[in-house]
Amino acid sequence: MIEVENLFVHYGRGASRFEAVSGVSFKVERGETYGLVGESGSGKSSVMNAIAGRHEDWEGTIHLASSKVLPRKRSRADRLNVQIVFQDPYGSVHPKHPVGQSIEEPLVINRAPNRQARVADLLKNVGLPGHFRYRFPHQISGGQRQRVSIARALALGSPIMLLDEPTSALDVSVQAEILNLLQDLKQKNQLTYLIVTHDMGVVAHMCDRIGVMKDGVIVEELTKAQLISGQVKHPYTRELRAASLGEEASLEISV
Amino acid sequence: MAAKPILSIQNLEITFPMAHRDFRAVKGVSFDVGNEKVGLIGESGSGKSLTGRSILRLLPGNAQARADAIRFEDRDLLGLSEAQMREIRGSRIAMILQDPKFSLNPVMTVGDQIAETCQIHLRLDKKQAYSKVVDLLERVHIRNPERVYGLFPHEVSGGMGQRIMIAMMIVARPSLIIADEPTSALDVSVRQQVLRILDELREDRPTGLLFITHDLNLVRSFCDRVVIMYAGQVMETLEARDLDNAKHPYTRGLLEALPRLDRPRERLSVLKRDPEWLKETAK
Amino acid sequence: MNTQQQSLGARVTLWLHDENVTSRRQAIAQRWFSGLVALLGSPIAVIGLVIVLLLIVVAIFAPLLATHDPYVQDLTRALLPPSSEHWIGTDELGRDAWSRLVYGTRTTLYITALVTVTVAPIGFIIGAVSGYVGGAVDTALMRLTDIFLAFPSLVLALAFAAALGPGIGNAVLAIALTVWPPIARLARAETLTVRSSDYVASAKLQGASLFRILWWHLVPICLPSIVVRLTLNMASVILTAAGLGFLGLGAQPPTAEWGAMAAAGRQYLIDAWWLTTFPGLAILIVSLAFNLLGDGLRDVLDPRNG
Repeated sequence: MIEVENLFVHYGRGASRFEAVSGVSFKVERGETYGLVGESGSGKSSVMNAIAGRHEDWEGTIHLASSKVLPRKRSRADRLNVQIVFQDPYGSVHPKHPVGQSIEEPLVINRAPNRQARVADLLKNVGLPGHFRYRFPHQISGGQRQRVSIARALALGSPIMLLDEPTSALDVSVQAEILNLLQDLKQKNQLTYLIVTHDMGVVAHMCDRIGVMKDGVIVEELTKAQLISGQVKHPYTRELRAASLGEEASLEISV
Repeated sequence: MAAKPILSIQNLEITFPMAHRDFRAVKGVSFDVGNEKVGLIGESGSGKSLTGRSILRLLPGNAQARADAIRFEDRDLLGLSEAQMREIRGSRIAMILQDPKFSLNPVMTVGDQIAETCQIHLRLDKKQAYSKVVDLLERVHIRNPERVYGLFPHEVSGGMGQRIMIAMMIVARPSLIIADEPTSALDVSVRQQVLRILDELREDRPTGLLFITHDLNLVRSFCDRVVIMYAGQVMETLEARDLDNAKHPYTRGLLEALPRLDRPRERLSVLKRDPEWLKETAK
Repeated sequence: MNTQQQSLGARVTLWLHDENVTSRRQAIAQRWFSGLVALLGSPIAVIGLVIVLLLIVVAIFAPLLATHDPYVQDLTRALLPPSSEHWIGTDELGRDAWSRLVYGTRTTLYITALVTVTVAPIGFIIGAVSGYVGGAVDTALMRLTDIFLAFPSLVLALAFAAALGPGIGNAVLAIALTVWPPIARLARAETLTVRSSDYVASAKLQGASLFRILWWHLVPICLPSIVVRLTLNMASVILTAAGLGFLGLGAQPPTAEWGAMAAAGRQYLIDAWWLTTFPGLAILIVSLAFNLLGDGLRDVLDPRNG
């Protein structure tokens, strides 16, 4: 469903132009959950932004659902293929729109029929009560806002969902609910997920395959089983895994 | 642990007066911190940050804090004047916050900021302060301290910024360190480094560390004891190594809800909040 | 109040406070209601609001509140001091000063309303497009704004009014041309902060057009600060209009306008102080009222409150 080949992503212009992603390639099969793991500065978010169409300064090849996408122009079909759920539950929905309006927006823009019924349906699918459609974001909790964000991403029935640190800003107990919800939705709607995160626990729980990123490249690709059992090859992956399990680390740091 | 605790909180209550009725954010919280690392765990809204701040009287203006006692090294902090509290803050009790970007002055070099602390608390002159700063930076394992001295906060990474905060904090050799989510804004690999430094610094003298966080996994390996808070109350207090054998259903619920690398599950169990937990335990 | 009315009042109160909102109308009504309650909580804002409302009421009911026809001249009764017949005396042409003051509220209101209606959309569009699109468009529009901002507003208004010719309509236009730049700057600043936010990105990814983003997403964000800014600016708009009137470039005789009235009374200041004083006081009070109202609105419309 997702094919990325030799992706380079740049930010900035002229003298301050720098390369955030240097030649990344990976494939995500239909119905799979692929995780891009790395720390800040690894380039994982840049990869997602390029795939989502949020950032346009990239080179390489990206195929979404077998159709090629271009950096600057996204067709309507491209848009219907992929939707994104963001990290910050507060910033991801318009603070002054009632929640139902935010969910309805993709339907309005793309002129879908039966909007009111669809919105009611979507709210039900993400486990929110119907009357929430008239609430404002500041009147609902972080976890509920994230559900709204998910409902909006589902509105157009896109087969591919990009999840940008979907639970990083949430409490442990709320995170569990959202992760379970994402799993259920994936089963029900046969979705394909690309998830970007720094949390190894989440990755081990959700992902079928994982790409570990550091300094703009994928240093290792592994399966869920390999990650859990510790059959990792690259020292950086080992380091991340160890840190997640609370093990020792070296102390020295320089500028 | 036979020695007297460094910090002892008895029956802390923090209330916010509001339009219809008062909001009780913290109710009846009691725990001790000795020469050990105590983790204060809770989700957002549990009151853990408020508890930490109330020790240093750093609550927002409209909050009202009451307790039977907040004892620090034989003194009851509640009875002290603001001037006396000022003497304690930063020298006897130090606090380190989550994001160094917001705790450091953006227009001063980091070296100058630490030097300022030295000048205030240790009354050193400029030259003495400089060498003290270099010394402190080395103690937090920063390899080229002279160079780092002249950097500005936006030029250092998150992990280094926290080390600088720690360096500032230990200038006056506090007996109690309150750390409010000190590693939450840091990368995973950097977290362990910062924690190790905090550990090392406790080696010379009895120092208590109150580690406030929501990260259960972190405290399991780092802390000695753990205090679990929910909705403003203490649910359970236990040894960190016994965390996986916790008795209280809330703690168990949190543990079950956490996705773990070393314990894969099909589905994460969702915490069912029992209103029973909100009932206050009689004191 | 019989039981049927009582239950209506109770039902409306419940409707406005009910958490389980069942319609869009209810949600919006609840927001306006809580905003109003917040505004009324500030005594300063209330004072400002009351005076502004009073201004509107006086303007609407001017014919009822005036004691004489504001245009009728009677040279035999010129420059009379305040009396029971002429509450604040008569002007140099024997017209009743009170009636002219009362009718002057209409002129003031006309000017402020027209300026607001012109400046808000223009300022917003220029600022928001500039901030959102960026690049060469941003540079061009902001330099244009700078040009207008470079002149002191009264001088610029004078220049335009002089070029366009005397008259209220032209005065309004001249004033509007000096008021829009700060609004544009404000709209641009707000737009820049939210331009890269996730919800705007989401709308773009769904295929929203520029117009849709401007109207549905950016207007709700920019509106609060624009409203506050305009209200606070209203004082200077009134003063500029008065200044233009003072200089003979605004409202033309025989229209009653406070600035012109104050100007005309200038030469009689020693003997007939009431001619300048009362219009001057009126200008002062109304400007102050808008200021106070603007302050109150700023507290209520703080984006933190959603």
